[in-house]
Amino acid sequence: MEDKNEYIEELSEEKVDAVVETEKTTKEDLHGENLTDRVRVLSPGMLVAKRFFRSKLSVVGLVTLVILFLFSFIGPLFSPWSDAGEKVKDIAPGKDKVTVTRIDYVIDGETYSAYDITVTQSPWNSLADPSMDHWLGTDDGGYDLFTNLMLGGRISLTIGFVVIILETIIGVVLGGLAGHFGGWVDNLVMRIVDILSCIPSIPIMLILSAMLTGFGVEGIERLYFLMIVLTLLGWTGIARLVRGQILSLREQEFMLAAKASGLSTSRKIFKHLLPNVLPQLIVSMTMGLGSIILTEATLGFLNLGAPLGTPTWGAMISSASQMLYLENYPNFWIPPGICITLAILAFNFVGDGLRDAFDPKMKR
Amino acid sequence: MVKYCIKRILLSLLILFGVSLILYMLVWNMPADYLEQQAIAMAGSTGNYEELLANLRSYYGMDGTMMEGYWSWLSKFLSGDLGVSFKYSRPVEDVIFENMGVSFTLSFIALILELVIAIPLGIKCACNQYGKLDYIATVLTMIGISFPTFFLGSIVIKFFALDLGWLPVGGLPADPGPGDSRFMWFLDTVKHLILPMVVLVVLNIGAWMRYTRTNTLEVLNADYIRTARAKGLSEHSVVYKHVFRNTLIPLVTLLAGTLPSLFGGAMITETVFDIPGIGNTAYQAMLAGDIPFIMGYNMFIAFLTVIGILITDIMYAIVDPRVKLA
Repeated sequence: MEDKNEYIEELSEEKVDAVVETEKTTKEDLHGENLTDRVRVLSPGMLVAKRFFRSKLSVVGLVTLVILFLFSFIGPLFSPWSDAGEKVKDIAPGKDKVTVTRIDYVIDGETYSAYDITVTQSPWNSLADPSMDHWLGTDDGGYDLFTNLMLGGRISLTIGFVVIILETIIGVVLGGLAGHFGGWVDNLVMRIVDILSCIPSIPIMLILSAMLTGFGVEGIERLYFLMIVLTLLGWTGIARLVRGQILSLREQEFMLAAKASGLSTSRKIFKHLLPNVLPQLIVSMTMGLGSIILTEATLGFLNLGAPLGTPTWGAMISSASQMLYLENYPNFWIPPGICITLAILAFNFVGDGLRDAFDPKMKR
Repeated sequence: MVKYCIKRILLSLLILFGVSLILYMLVWNMPADYLEQQAIAMAGSTGNYEELLANLRSYYGMDGTMMEGYWSWLSKFLSGDLGVSFKYSRPVEDVIFENMGVSFTLSFIALILELVIAIPLGIKCACNQYGKLDYIATVLTMIGISFPTFFLGSIVIKFFALDLGWLPVGGLPADPGPGDSRFMWFLDTVKHLILPMVVLVVLNIGAWMRYTRTNTLEVLNADYIRTARAKGLSEHSVVYKHVFRNTLIPLVTLLAGTLPSLFGGAMITETVFDIPGIGNTAYQAMLAGDIPFIMGYNMFIAFLTVIGILITDIMYAIVDPRVKLA
């Protein structure tokens, strides 16, 4: 589809790309084409890529994403505290932990204070400060926080991708059906979409998570259920987008031409309608990824997300809800918070850049 | 127009019905059985709580099957009775309206601040598209949008409340007693509300700013702006008379969409800062498995959402005569 209609751009507009240009012309000269001396031919895909990479913010976003992915998926391989994707406990005896409890007595109107001091030694290296061994210190179970951060990224990012792909499949199929057939199909699908998008999202996630806990869904299965729940509540936006696009596209002349040439319904949908929806779809998928990671993190914060003991970025920040960690152990919750924010920011930058790049009206 | 409104209202009722059915099915199957715990607590050491439980269930209309429960809830709901909250032991609507004030004050002031900052900034950025200000504002607001609520809240508490000690960690001061100065109480309340308000503004300002910017860019390309410039109007009056007013059109309609967050409270922000608003109340009720309150609160939010969408669509046609409702 991309090769069929080629865009022609005047060379004179772009002095910067002159170097690339000469290489191209010599190549094409071999085939005996001289027109390319003045005019250069770019496929729409290349135009989009060119516009995308011209925006600094989108490149920054893309680089951040690549770094986050390498950090989460390759990083643990180099960590001494991780073994085949599992975190490893630091069994070196920890430092002494001093607990001071103050007890106030009131005797004959005078206040006396007594201090109860206990010194305990942790059996493993728990709650260690950041050091060369543990870059971010260790958690109360003696696990390395930096390794947790990397492993948590794996889960958070994977959930994002799986959910957005599932959402897209459901959204495209149902939205496409609604837009293409109209009538009662459209009515039915859109009413379901309306109902689902009017249900308040955080409360419903709370209820569903409580149900998962109640029915004893734990361990890795809980993650799968979580993905399904996120998908079922999140596909409506994409369905709406696809339906709206198809409604406007099917009135256009090229669809009339497709109809006149007697194409089958599936060919019309998959070859002619969907490719035209693709730009908006990709943009909304990119933005959606950020919001799914955010939702997952919110659930993690409320201790309702991933199963206990599984490090995810959201679950790691949830330690901030306890005053002790909030005040004394910023190394527990600030790094995952920064990672989440960076990931969402990067997805937003890339999505924004893609939207501008796909929009032929945008001129810079 | 009238026909359209009637059609939309009927549709909204259908949506609300669907929402209530789904919610009730989920809530009914929630594992946390508040009544059972209550009955066990009431029975105390006697251990014979079954009879108490049956009494409680029939009192709350929860004996029988799910559909029976739903019908009894629905018929009460239609007559304006949301039932009695398990946790707060008072009518749900009373609890909602009592706690709404704090949430509304918080969200409303935050909204005003957001608009006052975002609209001029958005217009400025659009007028100097790809300028320095545009870049800085875009990046900063994007960062604001990307912050998870609880993370921003925690950071703000950590630095401004715990480390620097400038502002209180959370909660709200108790109502002033007879001897206390009302003015001091007011100041104290304001102090408690600053941090949550900052969080709300930072999180939401980006959306408004970006919306204004996109809109202004569109308006700036319109023919009537070219005409205004061709007439020889100064840039100042082009921007502040012609562009500004037309940018406001879609923004005004968007305001209706903020209804749920205005009256329904900001659940996460209120929880992080321990503000006794409707969001926090609902969160506690949800953890406890308080079925009447969960149903009442969520229906309240769904109702606000539906109304918000309806008003948005109708407003759009009223403010902009080019839009035809069909």
